[in-house]
Amino acid sequence: MCSVVGVMMEAGTPELVKLEELRVPGQLSGRKHILSILVENKPGVLARIAGLFARRGFNIDTLAVGPTDDPDISRVTLTLDGAVHPIGQVTKQLHKLINVLKIRDMEPEETVAREMAMFKVSSAVENRAEIIQFAEIFRAKIIDVSRRTMTIEVTGSAEKIEAFERMIRPHGLIEMVRTGEIAIVRGSA
Amino acid sequence: MESLKAEGVEHIFGIPGGANLPTYDALVDAQLRHIQVRHEQGGGHAAEGYAKASGRVGVAFATSGPGATNLVTAIADAMMDSVPTVFVTGQVRTELIGTDGFQEADILGATLPFVKHSFQATDPRQIPEYVHEAFHIAPTGRPGPVLIDIPQDLSRAEIEYAPRTEPVDLAGYKPSTGGNVKQIRIAAKALANARRPVLYTGGGVVNANASEELRELAGADRFPVTSTVMGLGAFPASHQQWLGMLGMHGTRAANYAMDEADLIVAIGARFDDRITGKLSEFAPAAKFIHIDIDPAEISKNIPVHIPIVGDAKQVLPKLTREYRALQTDPSRLDAWRKQIHAWQEEYPLHYEPGEDGEIKPQFMIEAMHRATEGDAIVTSDVGQHQMWAAQYYGFDRPRRWINSGGLGTMGFGLPAAMGAKIACPGEAVVCLAGDGSLIMNCQELATCVNEEIPVKVFLMNNGYMGMVRQWQELFWDRRYSAVEMGPSPDWVKLAEAFGATGMRCEDAADLEEMMAKALETDGPVLLDVRVSPEENCFPMIPAGAAARDMVG
Ligand SMILES: Cc1cc2nc3c(=O)[nH]c(=O)nc-3n(C[C@H](O)[C@H](O)[C@H](O)COP(=O)(O)OP(=O)(O)OC[C@H]3O[C@@H](n4cnc5c(N)ncnc54)[C@H](O)[C@@H]3O)c2cc1C
Ligand SMILES: Cc1ncc(C[n+]2csc(CCOP(=O)(O)OP(=O)(O)O)c2C)c(N)n1
Ligand SMILES: [Mg+2]
Repeated sequence: MCSVVGVMMEAGTPELVKLEELRVPGQLSGRKHILSILVENKPGVLARIAGLFARRGFNIDTLAVGPTDDPDISRVTLTLDGAVHPIGQVTKQLHKLINVLKIRDMEPEETVAREMAMFKVSSAVENRAEIIQFAEIFRAKIIDVSRRTMTIEVTGSAEKIEAFERMIRPHGLIEMVRTGEIAIVRGSA
Repeated sequence: MESLKAEGVEHIFGIPGGANLPTYDALVDAQLRHIQVRHEQGGGHAAEGYAKASGRVGVAFATSGPGATNLVTAIADAMMDSVPTVFVTGQVRTELIGTDGFQEADILGATLPFVKHSFQATDPRQIPEYVHEAFHIAPTGRPGPVLIDIPQDLSRAEIEYAPRTEPVDLAGYKPSTGGNVKQIRIAAKALANARRPVLYTGGGVVNANASEELRELAGADRFPVTSTVMGLGAFPASHQQWLGMLGMHGTRAANYAMDEADLIVAIGARFDDRITGKLSEFAPAAKFIHIDIDPAEISKNIPVHIPIVGDAKQVLPKLTREYRALQTDPSRLDAWRKQIHAWQEEYPLHYEPGEDGEIKPQFMIEAMHRATEGDAIVTSDVGQHQMWAAQYYGFDRPRRWINSGGLGTMGFGLPAAMGAKIACPGEAVVCLAGDGSLIMNCQELATCVNEEIPVKVFLMNNGYMGMVRQWQELFWDRRYSAVEMGPSPDWVKLAEAFGATGMRCEDAADLEEMMAKALETDGPVLLDVRVSPEENCFPMIPAGAAARDMVG
């Protein structure tokens, strides 16, 4: 269960391990990581995780918490930047929390990740059509309309949501709400 | 109560209050010894001293609010030094939680950063369950403090206690202990190829009770051994291969050996900054094998080449066996041994002897060693005296040296000595105190008197908070600021006021004899030893410097 980092060399050959040839792997991966963490559904679990991150100086980019198919277990999905955080150290510290059952550092190729966001934009009569067009391109849904605003729901990868935000911002973004990413391993795994 | 007894608890340190009245009521009929301390912090450190001396879980109780917050320093201390302890706090009644009720403090929240785990009961039936889980978590894996917070209404409820039949099994807690065989084999081969190896050992060897196993490994090729302040005694100081302590106040031989080593085997040691100094210049020539039960310690501070996660007690014999099987040529280490020997000859620990009866602090430690025949359980406060004891006492056995290393808590020594004496009543227990430190928990002298705990306090009285004074002298142009202790208190009178025996020594010629007398005297004794006020603790690596830049 404990992930062992370090040399991954075959024992046996050569007969003696040459010190000059020992290497340590780099600690920083340089990419975004999605950690999927199964935790016992007990009071204070989230405080323990949040506290651990704060104390060790790890920055969470997004965080989503929800139930799983087992009512005693919740899932915490969080994303963080592997360019500044040694992910191995982060997961090992998380494992020390007794209520943490399992941590999966999701491999990007094997993972489907989604996030939902809602955008409230000001929509005067003249740009309304354009906004609706953007929404269609992004397969977003218009979920609320008032005289001066429209609210649009977008689901997709974090990158898609950020792209939509860039498009819509010039039209007068009033408010944005994002859930943070959740992720699941693709079919065969 | 029943669950505590089922866990084999015999001693509890604590103070009652409103929120834990029901628990204290139950104590009246329980066949447990409760030691009524005089401050919850003292109770907490006593539980630590108890655990460190015996290897058993130490237990302390406190009431809600201020009782619980008084425990916080001890809980943090136990976390930093990995001490197996269980703290049970009272809490306000369930319906008052969150209302700022009388004596409510969110002790669970306050201690989250420094507990191994914690529980707050919400149903009386959880209490025995949590007790059993706490006693499973605290001493296993990497030990640490576990807190159980019990609202008053729940501790009051009557429940049927059914003794546990199954061992505790927690889905999220499975420490691995055996060590990966393949990694151990690689480590043995690397060791076989090393020409300048050092075994860097720490508190984990003591915790693992792996002294014997360490000696076996060291003996496999007469490898040189050094230790952190937390591991002293796990390898005998009188052993030929002993280099002395390493780190900030370590010996030159130990620090130079680390500096020039080509392979360092860290065993139950966590590369603390008091060891590594300037990280970029720490052991520049070395590759690292790290044996530790906590995977998170591996590559935390120093990237490690060959990690082995496991219990030192299990891993070391496997490593020794693998190493011996390789049948290496021991003569490849001859040059290294010679080099180390040369450092030891050239740079022994030394000090200017005192004149005209002046008591040098180092002399005091040597006298203490003679008076106790080198075999007392010595607890310590924090400061220069602590480092001198680490340097000069020469511990030959584990669990004889009990100090606060990670948090460095002044006032730790006396209550820890109390706990150690309760755990090991047949042993001589000496608290080596500092004058700045002792006053912080001197109220526990009352506990020693009332509860008949005959600890001997040898106070190294230099009139200063010496360690801070030393830094001000060396690194702040001798601008002394708030480090003088002044004439108060009169320690002999203070001891007597508490009902203990007070003694004073001002002449080096009398010291050993007075110590012997203190050890022979019944009951608690405080011996106030007046030592040179401005002696500095050397050698030292200035903060942030490299090992080879040691001074003094
Ligand atoms: C004034 C002052 C000065 C100090 N100067 C020095 C100094 O000069 N030199 C010095 O060494 N220290 C010094 N210290 C202490 C220092 O701050 C650290 O507390 C100390 O170095 C840590 O020791 P350690 O590495 O042995 O770790 P510990 O805190 O004892 O940790 C034990 C390690 O062993 C592991 N472990 C536990 N159980 C097992 C097991 N069963 N099997 C395997 N591994 C296990 C743990 O996971 C952990 O990594 C000083 C402290 C003070 C207050
Ligand atoms: C509770 C606490 N407060 C402050 C410190 C900072 N500190 C470290 S050593 C020291 C001086 C200790 O004085 P004393 O007990 O007399 O020991 P000496 O160094 O004189 O031997 C101080 C104030 C500390 N370690 N702990
Ligand atoms: Mg002093």
